[in-house]
Amino acid sequence: MSKMTLKTEGDTHIIVTRRFAAPPEAVYRAHTDPKLIQKWLLGPEGWTMPVCINEAKAGGKIRYEWTNGKGGGFHITGEYLELEPYNRIVHVERMHLPDPTPDNHIETRFEADGAGTLMTMRMTLPDGKTRAAMLATGMERGMEASYVRLEGML
Amino acid sequence: MYDLDDAFSALADPTRRAILARLATGEATVNELAEPFEMTQPAISQHLKVLEDAGLIVRRVEGTKRPRRLAKAGIEAIDQWLAMLRKALEANYDRLDEVLAGMGKHKKGKKR
Repeated sequence: MSKMTLKTEGDTHIIVTRRFAAPPEAVYRAHTDPKLIQKWLLGPEGWTMPVCINEAKAGGKIRYEWTNGKGGGFHITGEYLELEPYNRIVHVERMHLPDPTPDNHIETRFEADGAGTLMTMRMTLPDGKTRAAMLATGMERGMEASYVRLEGML
Repeated sequence: MYDLDDAFSALADPTRRAILARLATGEATVNELAEPFEMTQPAISQHLKVLEDAGLIVRRVEGTKRPRRLAKAGIEAIDQWLAMLRKALEANYDRLDEVLAGMGKHKKGKKR
């Protein structure tokens, strides 16, 4: 049922793959058009992205700000390194918590797969420790969400 | 003896969750664990004791060092975390599916 895979590779990589029922051009645009990004790149339920800056050109800036509407929030900043419409995006990003985390280098590929698209996102962290911390931070949000739910139940 | 309540309260702290994530990459000494957290060694040792009492990590004796590694319950906790991260990503991509379906319906012309 699940169309997504998430796995670690070596000490510093995280690989995510996902299939979409739309051609690479559409999936690429959904990753680079701020109006579209704000509709889906939101994480756990209840979070929104009020600020979405995405200059889709080499050297262009990225800034996403998320909030849970209850005073919780964080943001990421980044820069585009390469864009090959509609096949490949290379960018770096870092989370601000509020201190910036080490750069996460991300290559995203969109390949035609029948009438759809196979997306492969390859993240490269500077070292194993950073990758562990990054996974923990990502997990953190899921964990917090589940603790909040639990509090609601108690 | 593995106690679910102990494990749960041990995991309720972000530093302890980060320590477990660090140990997922392999065994580490107290010094190595203290390094990324800007915490004193006694503070880290306190966190390690909580994790140990909860059965999430175990220690080994090597000369004067006491390297820690994940216990089976700790590995299961990490697996659970990964499952939650996976869930957050999946929620994103399920929303993206809807966005893509909408794009196909509302747009016939092409933009270059």
